[in-house]
Amino acid sequence: MQSDTIAAISTGMTNAGIGKIRLSGDDAVAIADRIYRSPGGRKKLSEVLTHTIHYGYIYDGDCMIDEVLVLIMRGPNSYTREDVVEIDCHGGVVVMQRLLETVLKYGARLAEPGEFTKRAFLNGRIDLSQAEAVIDVINAKSDMALESSLSQLRGSVKQKIEKLRKGIIGNIAFIEAALDDPEHIQAEGFGDELAVQVRGYMDELQKMLDSADNGRIIKEGIKTVILGKPNAGKSSLMNVLLGENRAIVTEIAGTTRDTLEENVSIHGIPLNIIDTAGIRQTEDVVEKIGVKKAIGFAEEADLIIYVVDSSTEMDQNDENIIRMIRDKKVIVLMNKSDLKPVVSCSDIEQHLQAPIIEISAREETGLDAFENTLKDMFFAGDIHYNDELCITNVRHKAAIAAALESLKMVMNSINDGMPEDFFSIDLMDAYEQLGHIIGEAVEDDLVDTIFSDFCMGK
Amino acid sequence: MFSHKPENFEASEAKRYGKNNRSKTVEYKYEAYDVAVIGAGHAGCEAALACARLGLKTIIFTISVESIAMMPCNPNIGGSSKGHLVREIDALGGEMGKNIDKTFIQSKMLNSSKGPAVHSLRAQADKADYSREMRQTLENTENLTIKQAEIVDIIVEEGSITGVKTYTGGIYPCKAAVLATGTYLKARCLCGETITYTGPNGLKAANDLSDALRREGIELVRFKTGTPARMDKRTIDFSKMVEQFGDKAVVPFSFTTDPASVQKEQVSCWLTYTNEETHQIIRDNLDRSPIYAGIIEGTGPRYCPSIEDKIVKFADKNRHQVFLEPEGLHTNEMYVGGMSSSLPEDVQYRMYHTVPGLENARIVRNAYAIEYDCIPAIQLKPTLEFKKINGLFSGGQFNGSSGYEEAAAQGLMAGINAAMKVLGRDQVILKRSDAYIGVLIDDLVTKETHEPYRMMTSRAEYRLLLRQDNADQRLTAIGHDIGLIDDVRYQHLLQKEVLIYREIERVSHVNIGAGPKTQKLLEACGSTPLKTAATLAELIRRPELTYKMLADIDEERQNLPDEVTNQVEISIKYDGYIKRQLSQVEKFKKLENKVLPDDICYSEIHGLRIEAQQKLDKIKPVSIGQASRISGVTPADISVLLIYLSQNNQKQHEQESSASENK
Repeated sequence: MQSDTIAAISTGMTNAGIGKIRLSGDDAVAIADRIYRSPGGRKKLSEVLTHTIHYGYIYDGDCMIDEVLVLIMRGPNSYTREDVVEIDCHGGVVVMQRLLETVLKYGARLAEPGEFTKRAFLNGRIDLSQAEAVIDVINAKSDMALESSLSQLRGSVKQKIEKLRKGIIGNIAFIEAALDDPEHIQAEGFGDELAVQVRGYMDELQKMLDSADNGRIIKEGIKTVILGKPNAGKSSLMNVLLGENRAIVTEIAGTTRDTLEENVSIHGIPLNIIDTAGIRQTEDVVEKIGVKKAIGFAEEADLIIYVVDSSTEMDQNDENIIRMIRDKKVIVLMNKSDLKPVVSCSDIEQHLQAPIIEISAREETGLDAFENTLKDMFFAGDIHYNDELCITNVRHKAAIAAALESLKMVMNSINDGMPEDFFSIDLMDAYEQLGHIIGEAVEDDLVDTIFSDFCMGK
Repeated sequence: MFSHKPENFEASEAKRYGKNNRSKTVEYKYEAYDVAVIGAGHAGCEAALACARLGLKTIIFTISVESIAMMPCNPNIGGSSKGHLVREIDALGGEMGKNIDKTFIQSKMLNSSKGPAVHSLRAQADKADYSREMRQTLENTENLTIKQAEIVDIIVEEGSITGVKTYTGGIYPCKAAVLATGTYLKARCLCGETITYTGPNGLKAANDLSDALRREGIELVRFKTGTPARMDKRTIDFSKMVEQFGDKAVVPFSFTTDPASVQKEQVSCWLTYTNEETHQIIRDNLDRSPIYAGIIEGTGPRYCPSIEDKIVKFADKNRHQVFLEPEGLHTNEMYVGGMSSSLPEDVQYRMYHTVPGLENARIVRNAYAIEYDCIPAIQLKPTLEFKKINGLFSGGQFNGSSGYEEAAAQGLMAGINAAMKVLGRDQVILKRSDAYIGVLIDDLVTKETHEPYRMMTSRAEYRLLLRQDNADQRLTAIGHDIGLIDDVRYQHLLQKEVLIYREIERVSHVNIGAGPKTQKLLEACGSTPLKTAATLAELIRRPELTYKMLADIDEERQNLPDEVTNQVEISIKYDGYIKRQLSQVEKFKKLENKVLPDDICYSEIHGLRIEAQQKLDKIKPVSIGQASRISGVTPADISVLLIYLSQNNQKQHEQESSASENK
C-alpha cells in the first residue's frame, strides 16, 4: 500500500475565516510534530491520543506562521484509514499557502487532485455504493451533463483541444493512407506542409501553457468590453459597476489613457471590464488610435456591453458598432432612461439579437436587471471565459507540455528529412496526450484518472 | 432485358447449392486423430504442418489434392505489410516464407526509399511451383495425412469437438479441429448476370458444412471478393507498357534461406494504365455489375477494390495502375493486377481492350467475383478457438480476412493453439506490440469487420518495432518455446543478437577524431566536417551517413554479416524513435495486462452504457486493453470497468485476508 504522506489545502482558496490543511499517510503525525509547538513547548503530537484537538503554533524553523488547532486522527479510524492530521488555521490565501509550503518542506508531498478520496477508496473506506456515485460522475462528465458553472472552464478548453486533436489525427490519417495506398495518395513533400500546421498547433499549446503558469485565472475574469459612441455613458456605467457596494477584486490601471481596465465580481462572476474610447469616425490622430484599440479589444472580448444613448438619434457610429459586434455575445444597455427616449428597444432589436435592458447610470436604475441577465447568460453557458485562462489543472498542464514536446519531435523529424512514416509516431503521442485532457483517451492508471475529478483536498 | 433475380429465387438457390440426398450414405468410423484440419489452402497448410511438426497425429482434408496451397488470385506473396506477415510466419516456424523462396520468379523490396518500418518484401510466384512445392512438403511431413474429402459435419459433444464427418460418411474422431475453409462454403462465382455455383477456379463448393456450423450455434455471414482476368502473353503489346524489374540483390523471405541461393534470373512485370475510355465503358454498364445491381449479398473488400469500385470511389482520377504479372514460368497466362471485376463477359471484353497494350489481348480466364460463407471472428477467442466450442479453431479467409498471407498467419496460430490444447500446454497469443500477426488476430476477434479484412501498415501502431527485418528477434524465441524452431536455429539467433549488442556497444564508444582522413570521407559523403571528435554512433545517426560508408575510418571494425550490421545501423539511427515507441508499448501493455475474467456479467455493472454492456457481453474481451478497442466502448466505459476491477480486487483481497485470519 502507498504510505507516503500527502498534504493539501482542503478548504477553498478563498479569504474565508478558517482554512484547513490536511495530511494523510504514515508520517502525517511525525511531520506535524516537526512544525508544531504547543504553548508550553513540550507537547508531542506523536504522544497524544487519537481524535484529539490541540492548540498551538506552526513554525517554519524559528519563524512562526500561524496560530492553529491541530486535529489528530490515527488510522484506520480516519477518512483515508491512514494517519490523518488536520491543521485549522486563520485562513487567508497567503497564510494557507505558507502553511502548505511548510508541511511540504518538512516531508509531505503535495496531493494529486482527489488523492485523499483515492486512498479512502483503495483502503476500503468507501463502499460500493459510494464508488458507484463516482462512476456516475464519470458518466455525467462524458455526457457533458455536468457542464455547469464550474466546468465552464473545461468547455472552452475542450473545444480547443478537440480542434487541435482533429487537426493532428487528420495529418496522421493522411500519412497512413499514403503508406497503404501510394497509388492514389502521395505523401512526397508532405513534410513542409505538415511543418506549417505543427507550428500552428505548437503556438496554441504554448499559449495555453503560458496561461497556466501565471495564475491569471484569479486575476482576470470574463473579458468584457464596454462599447458605445462618445458620451453614451460608458464611463458612468463603469463607475457604477465599480461603486462601493461592488466587490473590486483588483485594480489595474489602464495601460493607456484611452482605455481603463478593472476587475469586478458580480454575483461571483469575475469580470475583467475594459472601458474604451467612444467609437466614432475622427481625424484626430490620438483619438484614432484609441478607437482602433477599442475595436481590437472588442474583437477579443468574451462579452460586449454596448451602451446606447437612448436620448439621441442612432447615427453612423452606432451602425458601425452594431456591424462590429453582430457575431459576439452582447448585452445592450439603453442608457439615460431618465431622459426623454429617442431610440427605443425595437430600434436596436432590428439590428442585433441580444438582451436589451433600459438603465440609467446616473440614477443607478435597471442595474439589477443587467446583473441578472449577466448571471443567466453565464450559467447557461452563453459566455465563456477567454480560452487563455483555462489551464489550471496540473494534469492538464503536464499533458499539454508533453504534447508540445512530442510536436517538437515532429518538427525535428521534418527538419532532419526523415521519411513521412516517422512523423506519425510523435503525432500519435501528442494526440494521445491531448486526449487525456478531455477524457477521450483511455488512461492506464484507473484510480488516478477518476479521482482527479474531485477537489484537491477532499 | 436481364432479369437478375429469377422467380422463386430461394427455391432454385437451394437446388443449385445441392441439397443432396445422402440418406443412404453409410457412416464409417475411421481411426482417431489428434487434430483434423479442414481445408488445405494457405491457412490449412500452415495449421496442419504446425500440428504435425509438434508431433501430433494430424489429418488435413481438401476437396481436391491438386488445389493444395493454390493461389486462385494474385500470383505473388508479400507486399506492403503482408511481407511482414510472411517474415513473422517464418520466424515462428511456419512454411510460407520457405515455400516462396523456393518458387519465386521475381522479388522486390518495396518502399526502400522510406523508413525501415515500411520496407516490405514482395515476390512473384510461379503458381504451379508454389502449389506443388507445398504439396510435397505436406506429403513428406511425418505425422501428417492428406485426405481428399469434403467435410460436411462436425461432431460436438458437451461443448467440445470430438470429430468431423465427410460427404461419404467417414467419421474421423479428433481432439481438436481447425476450420480453414477459405472461400468454399456455399461459394458462388459471379460474372455479370451469370452465376456459377462453384468455389474458385471452378472447383467444387462445400455446401453442407455451413448448416452444420449454424446448428452448433455458429453465426455465419456472406463476404465477397474478386479476381481479374488472365491474358495470353503472346497477344499483349508490352512495348506500350513500362517494364518492372526485380531487385538486383534479392533478399529471401525466410531467415533460414541462404541469400546466395536466391540470386537468380528473374522475370519482369509490366505497368500500364486504364483511361477515360475504360472508365466510360464501366460507368455505362455499372447497372450490370452484380454488386451494383444488388445480386451480390456479400460485402467486398474496401482495400482491394474491383475496378468498378475504383471508378466509383475515385471519380476524379482519370487513370488507374494496371500491372501485368506472369502466372508462372511454364504458362503464357498473365494476371491483370488492379482490374478485378464482376462485370459481364461482354463488358469485360470491351473494358480490358481499352487498356494500352491490351488492345488485342486474348482473355484466357474471365474476371469474376466470388461470394462465400464466413464467420464474424468475434466468435473467436484471441487464440482463434471458438468461444462456444471447445477445441474447434478457425483460421484464414473463413475468419473474414482476405489475402494468402493473412490466411497463412491465422492458420499457423490456429494450428499452434490447437496443438497446445491437445498437448495441455498454454495457449499462444501474440500482442499487438509483438507482431503484425498479433494486430491481425486482435483486430479480427475484437472489431466487427463488415468486409474482408486486409492487413495494412497503418493498422500496426508500433510498426517501427515490428519491422520485417527484425521478425526473427521478435518471434523466434516464441517459435522455439512452441517447438517449431529447432535448437540450431535458435542458437544462431542468440549468437546474432550477441553480435548486434556488442557492435552497438562498440560503435557507441569508438571515438572518431576530427582528422583529415575523417573530414575527407565526410565531405565525400556530403556530410558536414567534424568540429570535435565524435563517436561512430553519432556519425551513423546523421541522416546522410550509413554504417557501411564509415568503414574506412572505423579501424577496429570486424567483418560482420549484413544481418548483423543492418540491425546495428537501424538501432543506432532510429534510437530516439525506437525508445519512444517502446514507451508507447509500455503504456499499451499496462492495459493489456489488466485481465478481465470471462465470467463477468457486464449487464450487471452499474454505470456501463447499454451499448457497451451488449458489446462487452458479446465479445467477452480478455483484457481491459482489448475492451478499449471494441467499437462502441468509450473511454468512460473503460474507466467504469477499471473501477469495477479494482473494487473486485479489493474485495478479493479482503476475502483472502479474512480467510487467512480465520484459519
